[in-house]
Amino acid sequence: MFNTLNLRAALVAAVATVLLVASILIGSRNLTNFDPALVAYLFGCIFACFGIVYRYTVWLQRPPTWRYFARGWKLFFTGRTIAYGWELVKHFIVQFLGQKFIRNRGKARGFGHMLMAWGCLLAFAITFPLVFGWIHFGLKPGGINIYEIFVFGFKIMEFPLHTVLAEIIFNGLNWSAILVIAGVMIMMRRRLTHAGQIAIQTFEGDWLPLLLLLAISLTGLGISLDYKFMEGKAHQFMAITHAITVILFLLWMPFGKFYHIIQRPAQLGIAIYRRAGAEGPQAVCPHTTKEFDSQMHVDDVKAVAAELGFNYARKDGKSHIEYSPQGKRALLAKAHLKARQKAGSLFG
Amino acid sequence: MNTTTFRTDQEFFFDPQRCIGCHACEMACAECETNGQTAMIHVDYVDRFLSTQTSVQVCMHCEDPVCAKVCPADAITKDEFGIVHSANTARCIACSNCVQACPFGVPKKVEPLDLMMKCNMCYDRTSAGKKPMCATVCPSGALFYGTREQIGRNRPNSSPVNTFRFGQQLVKTKVNIMMPKGATELVVDSE
Repeated sequence: MFNTLNLRAALVAAVATVLLVASILIGSRNLTNFDPALVAYLFGCIFACFGIVYRYTVWLQRPPTWRYFARGWKLFFTGRTIAYGWELVKHFIVQFLGQKFIRNRGKARGFGHMLMAWGCLLAFAITFPLVFGWIHFGLKPGGINIYEIFVFGFKIMEFPLHTVLAEIIFNGLNWSAILVIAGVMIMMRRRLTHAGQIAIQTFEGDWLPLLLLLAISLTGLGISLDYKFMEGKAHQFMAITHAITVILFLLWMPFGKFYHIIQRPAQLGIAIYRRAGAEGPQAVCPHTTKEFDSQMHVDDVKAVAAELGFNYARKDGKSHIEYSPQGKRALLAKAHLKARQKAGSLFG
Repeated sequence: MNTTTFRTDQEFFFDPQRCIGCHACEMACAECETNGQTAMIHVDYVDRFLSTQTSVQVCMHCEDPVCAKVCPADAITKDEFGIVHSANTARCIACSNCVQACPFGVPKKVEPLDLMMKCNMCYDRTSAGKKPMCATVCPSGALFYGTREQIGRNRPNSSPVNTFRFGQQLVKTKVNIMMPKGATELVVDSE
């Protein structure tokens, strides 16, 4: 195990975890506002923090990933911060919140994914601050009808009980569970009926995440149903099964499919990179004599390929990578023709 | 799920000189459901101003796929049968590194989907023991999927070759190109 340990990543992950613990201590006012019932979730979060930061740092050290990461930030801070910042905002709204690119892959797929994504993001936004003790609720002293919300120990709002607003706030996790269940149903249907998906899907990569999301959502809803309609008779069972499923989710997050939630924002960097590329000089294919990509991207791919041990340098000093995909295909066909001509027969 | 009847005795053989530009392979490719009805095979005029010669290109499924190596998102994987799969839809960040790095010019960036897609040798079919769609419809023998014995009988004056040299770079592939008898590699080094 220690032979494959990435020391740099382990150090970064350890620092991030210490910072998280410190922020929990500060945010919960030295655990005064921490809910002891959530202690198992807290340890799951702390492990997930270490695992996610470790994997992210290992991932960043790969030559192509590091090049994009470094290039993206460099572009962002070299005089065009406002323009690129606006590009990021647009991309975030259209592609991340609106999930346009997934909708383009299929309407039902896009809708299902959007329900799951919004449900999960809403649940994250509620659960993590609650588990960390950053947010807590309490009855306003001197009465039983007004509730108060505290963030980092500071009161930010109060609301009367038994109102629509109270129902919306108290049932936040139930709303997210309903969104996730609806999304999971759509995605499961797709995985059961789409021949292309059936051919390439795997249990651990595609079904397990859906089953886990479903289990988390159903057990979460179960807690509410239990205390509303069953007088809390099954509370212990519901609370424990829900905790198990959520902690499994947290422990698996750095390793499995859910890691894409962390990895996906890299697409924002690509949006800046592409915009900068389009505004700069363009690469022209020597075969088609047409522009096919930004010169910056072609140069970066050449450098990354070389760093990875691929050498496409030709006798004439050019690199094979300087050709467009169409140009590359034509070069291969021409070389094949030449070999056939040399052998004296075009067919054989 | 996770079960396959992929036939390891069958291989893909292609011969660009035999391509007649009928585009039947493109139509058939679009039937492959793993592609979402998008054709992944390439049929090009080699040099339209000089010749009507067309050429066909499938993914060669490299032994050491540069597309996977240059992918910043770890989205491209090779399976135990040597099939280099299309980008993982959850991971691909549509950077196009693979598109520019592939020496065969195979991966396509499908802009509206923000996704790289490529030929996966009709994995929905080959994993069930069937032939890829393009090879089943090619009328001229430019695309063939079968055993080495079959191609040897059909094409006695050609040798299947899976070694390519792009400049300094040696590339070995799962897919074979049909070369003159006795050839051991195809050198692609100049215009």
